[in-house]
Amino acid sequence: MPLAAHAASVPVVVDDAKCIAAKGCTVCVDVCPLDVLAIDLVRGSAFMKYDECWYCMPCEVDCPTGAVTVNIPYLLR
Amino acid sequence: MNAPVTETLEADVLVIGGGTGGPMAAIRAKEANPHLRVVLLEKANVKRSGAISMGMDGLNNAVIPGYATPEQYVKEITIANDGIVQQKPLLAYANGSYDMIRYLDKLDVKFEKDGAGDYAVRKVHHMGTYVLPMPQGHHVKKVLYRQLRRLRIGVVNRYMATRLLTTRDGRIGGAIGVNTRTSEFLVIRAKTVVLTCGAAGRLGLPASGYLFGTYENAANCGDGHAMAYHAGAALANLECYQINPLIKDYNGPSCAYVTGPFGGYTANNKGNRFIECDYWSGQMMLEFWRELESGNGPVFLNMTHLAPETIGEIETILHSNERPSRGRFHARRGTDYRQRMVEMHISEIGFCAGHSASGVWVDERAQTTVPGLYAAGDMASVPHNYMLGAFVNGAIAGEEAARFCAEVDLPEADGAAVAAEQDRVLAPTRRGDGLTPFEVEYKTRRLVNDYLAPPKITAKMRIAQERFAEIRDDLGALVARDPHELMRALEVQSILDCADMAAAASLFRTESRWGFYHYRIDYPETDNDDWFCHTLLSRDADGRMRHRKHAVDPYVVPVDATEMTAYQKLRIVPAEAAE
Ligand SMILES: Cc1cc2nc3c(=O)[nH]c(=O)nc-3n(C[C@H](O)[C@H](O)[C@H](O)COP(=O)(O)OP(=O)(O)OC[C@H]3O[C@@H](n4cnc5c(N)ncnc54)[C@H](O)[C@@H]3O)c2cc1C
Ligand code: SF4
Ligand code: SF4
Repeated sequence: MPLAAHAASVPVVVDDAKCIAAKGCTVCVDVCPLDVLAIDLVRGSAFMKYDECWYCMPCEVDCPTGAVTVNIPYLLR
Repeated sequence: MNAPVTETLEADVLVIGGGTGGPMAAIRAKEANPHLRVVLLEKANVKRSGAISMGMDGLNNAVIPGYATPEQYVKEITIANDGIVQQKPLLAYANGSYDMIRYLDKLDVKFEKDGAGDYAVRKVHHMGTYVLPMPQGHHVKKVLYRQLRRLRIGVVNRYMATRLLTTRDGRIGGAIGVNTRTSEFLVIRAKTVVLTCGAAGRLGLPASGYLFGTYENAANCGDGHAMAYHAGAALANLECYQINPLIKDYNGPSCAYVTGPFGGYTANNKGNRFIECDYWSGQMMLEFWRELESGNGPVFLNMTHLAPETIGEIETILHSNERPSRGRFHARRGTDYRQRMVEMHISEIGFCAGHSASGVWVDERAQTTVPGLYAAGDMASVPHNYMLGAFVNGAIAGEEAARFCAEVDLPEADGAAVAAEQDRVLAPTRRGDGLTPFEVEYKTRRLVNDYLAPPKITAKMRIAQERFAEIRDDLGALVARDPHELMRALEVQSILDCADMAAAASLFRTESRWGFYHYRIDYPETDNDDWFCHTLLSRDADGRMRHRKHAVDPYVVPVDATEMTAYQKLRIVPAEAAE
């Protein structure tokens, strides 16, 4: 069966202005228990790649620059 | 994806799952014998993995001298679990509880103490006093991680174990794992394996419909249960589901264990209490469900009557530890504990001994039925063991594994088994189109809700089995476009295994027991003549599920018949309810 591209809003937002991924930081990506964050090498910042979030918050709490905000996933809000 | 790259590792003690019990098993194995090669394998990152990822609000089951004795605790859990317990492992836990608290205290885990420096234990259970708050419990993982580093334990993050290896004579031989970011293979030959993969928490679908909006850490999808099953280990009482009373939609604890000692309570839509005790048990859940279904639903957690300072204190705990996004959830909906009761709901089903009673069968030494294989925490069969149980039983498993290492040689890896597993694991990467892990998981879990969630009905559970068999055929069409999707494609296979086990185990026990957890409409009565026993499920030589009854061992702590019914009288009769 062919696959469709499925769009979804993601609950975790990264402030590009604060993110220091370009300097080598990967803390949020490292700590996420569901492994749903990644670094966008072109933009030089972290982003939520998969909509599979437990809204647990290590990404936000451990980010050294306060760039991450965890929102409650829309379906639960 | 390219041909699989395979790394190999050797270990004396391989611990799979680095959440709560796993790190403690590794630590204690290494402390028992510093010469051992101890490897801790984790699907996520040990720094922030598992149920206690963000910390914990308190110990739910601390047995502390002056407040409770090990015998009292064993009695309480025996009664809460309708008598179907192995008391020896419960007693081993209870006896180890206080030493573990002091050990954690020494490592710098902070527990609430009174002015005299004694532990400030609170009463939440029906009978005894066992809850020790941890208002600063957000640093538990840091403390564990520091100790792992200190002891130089080998930590392997971002590898998901997929199958256990066994030797020809049926002993444990190691495990196979796959990297969740590169799909690299890892074959670990090991003398002993400790399984600490947590609950099967992605079994039912949360009412919100969001696959990852589970009660349990969503990384815990039942891989441990599935691996143990395929290795031939017995699993106990899987029909005794985990079902919890949770904040509606948010699906996290509200949490009665925190708020109860301050005066919060579970109420119906009239603001009245309807249960005497908020400790989570099958009986409590049955009353909760009845209230939800009645004209008195929904059910709420009421704190509106508490003093503002008390509520402030509760907020500090609930909104900073354990599930800190609770505060955000309430804020968006305008729920202020001072003014509005918190709407509660019933969780999806899962397997979790931590809160309920089912899991991989272990004895008081954390041994499974496979020699050299140990299990602890939410996935092992010691009932109601919560966080402290994961620590104590993890420690027992680690120490026992360390001891067993001295008796055996390092087994060779079974090449044919490794090759077959590589084929199974990589199959979804070899297809260009087909079914996505997301849709197969969604459908499986939706069917779990439709047909397996209590009240259980024989005809519905049989339909579930037919649908699951169809999905099993569909697994041959699973497609994974990157290593992350491959992890999800493997997880859905564990989820389907657990769904099949839940159906089979529930059909086997033809009675009702454990309140709502195993409430069968066709067999509404508890039948002590035929079913006062454990049920064990395992895989026979032909790969089919086999069931057997296993007698409850004679109690080491006697419980008399009059006490046995204490948890069956949780409903408050209306005359008293009008407070
Ligand atoms: C929201 C919540 C609140 C709770 N509150 C309390 C409380 O206040 N007090 C209390 O005493 N108890 C509480 N509990 C229960 C307690 O946290 C658990 O019983 C305990 O932490 C379980 O420990 P564990 O080691 O069995 O599992 P976990 O700590 O969940 O660890 C399992 C680990 O296995 C890993 N894993 C899974 N599959 C694989 C695989 N295939 N390969 C490799 N690794 C894998 C996971 O990533 C995870 O790190 C709570 C639980 C939850 C979910
Ligand atoms: S932790 Fe913060 S700074 Fe580091 S990569 Fe993530 S968002 Fe950027
Ligand atoms: S909230 Fe948790 S699951 Fe979601 S991205 Fe952050 S760390 Fe990952």
